[in-house]
Amino acid sequence: MAMLRAPGGPQGPGAAGDPQGPQTTAAAPTTAGGLLAAGGGITGSRSLRRMARAVTANRKATVGFVLLLLFCLVAAFPGAIAHDDPNAEIYPRLLGVSAQHLLGTTALRQDMFAQVVYGTRPVLLIAFGVGLGATVIAMLIGVAAAYLGGAWDGVLSLVTDVLLVIPAFPLLIVIASYLHGAGTTVMIAVITLISWSYTARQLRAQALSLRNREFLEAARVRGERSLYIIIVEIIPTMTSLLVASFLTNALYAVLFSSSLQFIGLGDPSVTSWGTMLYWAENNEAFQVAPLWIIVPGLCIVALGAAFALLNYAFDEIGNPALRPVRSMRGKRVKRPR
Amino acid sequence: MRFVLRRLGFFVLTLWAALTLNFFLPRLMPGNPALAAIGNSRGSVSPQALKVLEAQFGTSHQNIASQYGSYLGDVATGKFGSSLTTQPGTSVGHIVLNAIPWTLGLVGLTTVLAFVLGTGIGIAGAWRRGGRLDSVMPPIFVIMTVIPYFWIGLILILVFGVKLRWLPYIDSYDITLTPGFNLTFIGNVVEHAILPAFTLLITTIGTWILTMRNTMITTLAEDYVRMARAKGLPGRRIMLDYAARNAILPNLTGFAMSLGFVVGGAILIEEVFNYQGIGFLLLQAVNNHDYPLEQALFLLITAAVLVAILISDIATAVLDPRTRGAS
Repeated sequence: MAMLRAPGGPQGPGAAGDPQGPQTTAAAPTTAGGLLAAGGGITGSRSLRRMARAVTANRKATVGFVLLLLFCLVAAFPGAIAHDDPNAEIYPRLLGVSAQHLLGTTALRQDMFAQVVYGTRPVLLIAFGVGLGATVIAMLIGVAAAYLGGAWDGVLSLVTDVLLVIPAFPLLIVIASYLHGAGTTVMIAVITLISWSYTARQLRAQALSLRNREFLEAARVRGERSLYIIIVEIIPTMTSLLVASFLTNALYAVLFSSSLQFIGLGDPSVTSWGTMLYWAENNEAFQVAPLWIIVPGLCIVALGAAFALLNYAFDEIGNPALRPVRSMRGKRVKRPR
Repeated sequence: MRFVLRRLGFFVLTLWAALTLNFFLPRLMPGNPALAAIGNSRGSVSPQALKVLEAQFGTSHQNIASQYGSYLGDVATGKFGSSLTTQPGTSVGHIVLNAIPWTLGLVGLTTVLAFVLGTGIGIAGAWRRGGRLDSVMPPIFVIMTVIPYFWIGLILILVFGVKLRWLPYIDSYDITLTPGFNLTFIGNVVEHAILPAFTLLITTIGTWILTMRNTMITTLAEDYVRMARAKGLPGRRIMLDYAARNAILPNLTGFAMSLGFVVGGAILIEEVFNYQGIGFLLLQAVNNHDYPLEQALFLLITAAVLVAILISDIATAVLDPRTRGAS
């Protein structure tokens, strides 16, 4: 039962070493994002290389990475995989599975396989867009709050906390209801705007914990400008947090956007998995075409799982106590290096 | 005491932020869609109600500050206006009150059940590190947490409703029955609740299991647990009284924080099963462009989540002196 101690003790009461903010709200709702830049002294390129090695060594990470790569390829070259036009409504209704139509046709006379394949791109765009956007905003606000301190910190932290507790999905529904059919770009913008807060909180805590470290003091004594200190000295220590933030936000973007599309708040003319499910539910797919419901949903799950597995794997890498017992033993044998 | 006051202050502030969002969102959108919808409903809504609505969503002949003032006043005195299209002319408060019990019964009970069960499984899993339960559980529940709630609902309907015909999957009770306190009706309600409740249970339980397991593992590495082992205390006692008791605190906060997500998912589950609660009503209002009803429901949901967070904050402060000292 001997176990390695987690270096930063993440997940402990009042997680994330947050010395000032309104406490309790800091605990992670899921394991996603519980990753801390353990020890704090990791520099950018080294931790990136470490991550690359970790992806190949960790089975969860490998599966996640391969899945994600597969979806990226499909999104990049949908025409090479599906030969039909996803928007063409020219086929006989509700054909079964055949060589011609790999998944049959829908009640709206479309080829289902082509729809699934072409539906990959908007979902991936939203996932990457929101993942990047939310992480960048969180980085700006979190680091600014910690670095500027004082009244700035008060205001920025308050905004972050308020956004954090307002239920995200109902807010999304209300915003989308005023927009009448949110296309891919609008979807990215709206989801980004409501989902940066959790990461901003974590990054602020991380930046605060660095505030009195010697390497920052050294940079200040050298006479570096604030911007240089933030970009070159502070942000690289956050690499693993940023990766976790990207993955978590991308995952939520997939779920949120599909859900919004499913209830008819997306742009109905964009072919994507959520929209497919919307049309399926409105056309009695339960009775006539179960695949219309099953396949797009499975795709959402697989893409979500890719992000979640990668995130979970990085979590294990950052917090060795979470690793499965068996692989831990293996690690310890190999370790004397 | 100071701690509680601070949390209360934050609570009021967040509620005010939600109100303000409600007020400014329609005004920021091109063409103020809400105002257009109100214009279309002239005749079906009484003139007084129309006045409240116009204050709520903005008329051109008043300046924005006084609109905002009268909007806050209306909300504070419980005037949410009337429904435009869902049930034209009926007061929003009345419609919402009818939907609340259904959601409380379904989502409330299921969420608590999921939390209790999930926490228990998480404790057991972490205690038997590397056992069968522990090695199967995390990967399965990592996948479970990424399945959209509504899709699980659809699949359960497909299997148990359409193919096997075991359970009903539309509405919260058989609409041919008259509601009343008799066994037939109650049995019918329970039967209709099984599929949506099960959907919510299996989609939410994974989060509780994982967070509990992870905090529990960290706690089990603490010195006082080793001390308890060294003293030769029975395993059960160490597991529950030493480790779980401390590990559950962050999980309690996680519970309140994740309620927002649960509520979001519950909205979709109610939609999929045509279950006449708050979420179903919200989406009906959205589809009908019934903005007054939509705003009232958003406020209600936000307030409910905030109250839950407030309660959990205070509970944590009562249970864990460390959080009190930190403020």
